[in-house]
Amino acid sequence: MSQKSAESLVGSVRRCGPFVLYLYHVWTIIELETLKIFKDPTEIISRSIQPALWLILFGEAFSRIHMVPTGQVSYLAFLTPGILAQSIAFVSIFNGLAIIWEKDMGILQKILTTPVKRSALVLGKMLASTVRSFSQLIVVIIVASTLGVHLKWSFDRVVGLLGFTILGSVFFTGFSMIIAALVKTRERMMGIGQLVTMPLFFTSSALYPISIMPKWLQTLAKINPLSYLVNGLRGLFLSTSYAQGTDIGILLMVSLLVWIWGTIQYPRLLI
Amino acid sequence: MMNARDLKPVIQVENFSKSFGSVKAVDNISFQVIPGECFGLLGPNGAGKSTTIKMLITLLPPDAGTAIVNGFSITSQGAHVRESIGYVPQSLSVDGVLTGYENLMFFGKLYGWSEKQLKDRVPLVLELMDLKEAAHRQVAHYSGGMVRRLEIGQAILHQPAVVFLDEPTVGLDPVARHALWKHIQELRRHHLVTLFLTTHYMDEAQELCSHIAIMNHGKIVVNGTLQELRKIAKLPKASMNDLFVRFVGPIDSEKGDLNNVSKIRRIARRLS
Ligand SMILES: Nc1ncnc2c1ncn2[C@@H]1O[C@H](COP(=O)(O)OP(=O)(O)O)[C@@H](O)[C@H]1O
Ligand SMILES: [Mg+2]
Repeated sequence: MSQKSAESLVGSVRRCGPFVLYLYHVWTIIELETLKIFKDPTEIISRSIQPALWLILFGEAFSRIHMVPTGQVSYLAFLTPGILAQSIAFVSIFNGLAIIWEKDMGILQKILTTPVKRSALVLGKMLASTVRSFSQLIVVIIVASTLGVHLKWSFDRVVGLLGFTILGSVFFTGFSMIIAALVKTRERMMGIGQLVTMPLFFTSSALYPISIMPKWLQTLAKINPLSYLVNGLRGLFLSTSYAQGTDIGILLMVSLLVWIWGTIQYPRLLI
Repeated sequence: MMNARDLKPVIQVENFSKSFGSVKAVDNISFQVIPGECFGLLGPNGAGKSTTIKMLITLLPPDAGTAIVNGFSITSQGAHVRESIGYVPQSLSVDGVLTGYENLMFFGKLYGWSEKQLKDRVPLVLELMDLKEAAHRQVAHYSGGMVRRLEIGQAILHQPAVVFLDEPTVGLDPVARHALWKHIQELRRHHLVTLFLTTHYMDEAQELCSHIAIMNHGKIVVNGTLQELRKIAKLPKASMNDLFVRFVGPIDSEKGDLNNVSKIRRIARRLS
């Protein structure tokens, strides 16, 4: 290039030190993913249909027959956070498929030949998936409110909802990236995705309270991270008190775990 | 004038090996690349060219051997290696949803360039690659040649000392191929980038490369300038094609395993 560019040879963000550069990388990945989502919003829209159907068809019907004891609140209200948690988990698990696609395209390989750290790439992707989950949050709130569910509102609760949505998508995206690195092909990823999502959903507290489950199912529900997401969201949507320390703690812990594990696993996608 | 061979090599490979299961993809190869040259690794499908590149750019660790790229060890200083290289993979690797401009901005940021710096730099690169007009069009609507040019633009964006091109013209039609050759030559002549490229096209190696290493079954069969190869073969007027036949044997167009062939078909399909 011209002479003047000689001094700009080094990226100016790189001069700010490794920590700033790391954050800049994470942000760049998030920015890119977000840009892509907004360029092709059909995916977001089509993915909003499923939670809406669950609430409208399943929720409405089951609310009427009063089969599940849900205390003070209607079954539909009880179900709302469950469906939100489910759709956060499902859209996030879908990310594994996108990553295999990127690998097949060679985009992943090329990103890995840039100075970006693997952990920054994984973290960026985990955080970027939050954008999709936010759209699910909005859809579920709109549908539930339209169906007459009385959701509790306050500033803290909104912050909490956003926080849990982030934690849930971060965890399930990291989880799906680990699976992607293990199964490596799109076909297998789709198969495993389907194999994993249903049991994940049915062994959580999304559809019924843990207290009415048989013992063995209770155990499963307690080790299922989705239950903690459901629990956290349910408290924020419906309860008068919502001390969520355990839920946050557990979700943070498993998220950290999949971040580290994902970073280690990720390069295996290439082999 | 200084003899080019006296310059410190940009790439120095010693006793590289890599196996996949029982397949010896790269089998104990050594060579060096001098600054400013266009080094061509020429060989049939499955020869081990891509595997060699992947080790040099730190995507794959070698089983044995070492390599120095731009003064950094690929095994112990991977981060420094990655900062100083550009890479154009064999498969297409740009995001079709984004525009050419957005693709370049994204990669520039991964190299630690700020948005402000890139706003100056990206248009220059787009111009250099003849993509100014198409800059804000979605890459999905680019022709094969344009996609390749965008990828090369991406690879030189951060002004690396050496750029790796893995089969840059595979799947392109003859016109697009020749146009791409022009761009590659220009890069080398006017922008002083060292190029390392692989190809299985004889004419491409002859046209572009100042130094050619012929690779077959994971080994480097012979290595030198076109003149040197002619001398070794004792065929003073030979074309690359003749030399290849002389050193490797008749070209078997059916070569390459299923994986390789289907990959190339896939690229060709996406390029057309
Ligand atoms: N990831 C891989 N797993 C298993 N075998 C591989 C892998 N990559 C390459 N190979 C094998 O190694 C050999 C060399 O491949 P490659 O370096 O891609 O050749 P080229 O680029 O010269 O066509 C081929 O036999 C190929 O099938
Ligand atoms: Mg190859």
